[in-house]
Amino acid sequence: MSDPVFKTMKDLPSVHLLGAGTSMCAGCGGLEILHEIYDIMGEKTVVVNAAGCMTLLANYPFTPFSGSWLYTSMASAPAGAQGVRDAMDILIEKKRIKPEENLDVMILTGDGAAYGMGLSATSSAIERGLDFLYLCYDNEGYGNTGQQYSEATPHAARTATSRGPRGFLGYKKDLFDIWAAHRPAYAATVIAAEPLDLARKIEKARSIKGPRLLISLSPCPIGWGYDPKYSIEIGKLAVKTGIWPLKEYADGKVVHTHFPHPRLSVEEYLRKQGRFAHLFRPERNEALLKEIQAMIDAYWERVG
Amino acid sequence: MKRMLLTGNAAAAWGARLANVDYVPAFPITPQTEIIESISNWIDSGEIAGCRMVTMESEHSMITAAGGAAAAGVRVFTATSSQGLLYGMEMIYTVAGWRVPFVLVNVSRGLATPITLEPDHNDILAARDSGFLQIHCSTCQEVLDSTLMAYRLAEDERVRLPVIVNMDGFYLSFTREPVVIPDPESVNRFLPPFEPENIRFLSGQPVSEAVAVLGGSPYSYFRYETHLAAMNAIPVYEEISKAFADIFGRAYEAVETYSTEDAEIVFFMIGSFATKAREAVDRLRDAGKRVGLVQPRLLRPFPEDAIRRVLTGKKGVAVIDQNLSVGKGGVLHAELASALYGRHGAPRVLVSFIAGLGGRDISPEEFYEMASVTGKAAEDGKIPPPRLLYTAAELKEVRKLQAVAHVERKGRSS
Repeated sequence: MSDPVFKTMKDLPSVHLLGAGTSMCAGCGGLEILHEIYDIMGEKTVVVNAAGCMTLLANYPFTPFSGSWLYTSMASAPAGAQGVRDAMDILIEKKRIKPEENLDVMILTGDGAAYGMGLSATSSAIERGLDFLYLCYDNEGYGNTGQQYSEATPHAARTATSRGPRGFLGYKKDLFDIWAAHRPAYAATVIAAEPLDLARKIEKARSIKGPRLLISLSPCPIGWGYDPKYSIEIGKLAVKTGIWPLKEYADGKVVHTHFPHPRLSVEEYLRKQGRFAHLFRPERNEALLKEIQAMIDAYWERVG
Repeated sequence: MKRMLLTGNAAAAWGARLANVDYVPAFPITPQTEIIESISNWIDSGEIAGCRMVTMESEHSMITAAGGAAAAGVRVFTATSSQGLLYGMEMIYTVAGWRVPFVLVNVSRGLATPITLEPDHNDILAARDSGFLQIHCSTCQEVLDSTLMAYRLAEDERVRLPVIVNMDGFYLSFTREPVVIPDPESVNRFLPPFEPENIRFLSGQPVSEAVAVLGGSPYSYFRYETHLAAMNAIPVYEEISKAFADIFGRAYEAVETYSTEDAEIVFFMIGSFATKAREAVDRLRDAGKRVGLVQPRLLRPFPEDAIRRVLTGKKGVAVIDQNLSVGKGGVLHAELASALYGRHGAPRVLVSFIAGLGGRDISPEEFYEMASVTGKAAEDGKIPPPRLLYTAAELKEVRKLQAVAHVERKGRSS
């Protein structure tokens, strides 16, 4: 195999392609990951968007994208991608456009669409072997409407619709495993706070044809309750505490691209966020903290 | 040119085939499925080349893929029915706003609940305000011809909107009629390959499609643009209909009329039951009644001027709605009233009839009765409330079913 392009942070693109001044919130972890990915993907892409926070990026007559954009609906971005991809293949095949006029099709969706309403369309696009890159920015709730809990919300998190003393009673759905069960060409978890890991994964994904899917944990200052300046730090803590494992699926195997060692206590991650404040004040909820830590420990024991 | 016995579904498939469509996103649903099966079989047997078909996982996705592909500049065909049209309704509205030209054949079927397979027009009328244009057919030949005309209409740069070609399930979809299949050369003359011009996604020519707007002003701007484009489709349809008649010798007015010239009472309706209305008009004429039929083929845009022209001076109109706006009545009745109200020479009365729901037949006697009730209302100016057509025999049948259900339930619980 040839040498990787991205060996150190210095190899990351220095030219940034996504325009500034969008209507995203300060410290948006989703925008951060999009910046990093778009820098590598480049402007020869058509971004097919599902309803979510990022829908407000392209706001008539402004767009931060130097390439193309198509907004679809909350549920059917993968189907929009199917139509665009098939049409471009047909146009190239029939020589109505030149091969160099081709675009990569990239889906941009939040967790609300990816984990729930859009899962059927995603599953089917993978099954059809659609050649696309799929980015889910996962802020663990319906962020655009004020952070109600979604199927991506972690256990115990307080959201606009889980304000009780124990927060969200459900458990975060394992979307990565659901994707992997489809045997796509590529799937990975990423986070903006680890740009080198991300860049290597994008590089790998770009070298493959077929369904390629990424979930990025995307810290959300408004929804998670913290000062925007801590977005990167919280992202790093998600990795160091092992609550957000960095891994990839390729050739039928899941490989972890980073083993947190020594693994920090999950409390380091939780106590920085307002959505978990009820675990610490007015008194510590020892049982819940233990349960969350035990789930993480069990995960790493299983994959260790 | 050849003549074959074709179902309405096969005629729709032939329309797509002759239009040389590039792409067919599909999803099966009764009574439409034969359309996509026909196209699929032609692709598999090599009878048509250069057409790609993809079965999606839902109509919602199917219409999204159709819009996405049309936005990238290929000629797209798709088809659905009933619950499928409703399942995809979010995208029906959405892709119309993308201003992408493609054709969708809807095979009308009554909506749940109760669930049924047989036709009425509540499905297609639910798409009335979406921005899709609508052509309604009453024969299998019309289905084929309208599909070709629909592409010209959709792709015209003054219009650039998707078009639904509608036919009734069973009565047309599964009924074989002799259909003239035009030769490909003539079709190419009428409908040259799609030239998408600025409808493209290409590297180096970035396009942002379907972006958000902030506030009512830009929102209204784009909605008005869509409406004005739809209104352009009235004169454009006339041009297309002339061009079609020149090449193929079959003429399709936006508003079809039958024996209306000297008519006093007129039936007003859409769809395949209009062919039964023609028969009834003939019989009524035999009996010396001056009755006619007005049948809009184009429902969106609504050809109001043409409708006013043919109805001016008539005494009464029997509006036969094969749909039911629950809590109001017939949709066409309200549409027609808004086109005529206060106009000089407008018919004195519009009488509303609901008929043909879920494939319920409309008998000749019922047509005669509707003409008679409308004639009487025109005489005395007393407009009866909307009439829900139903016979004593039918009610007896349903009572019998209820009795059976009752006995069944009692039998099970004892």
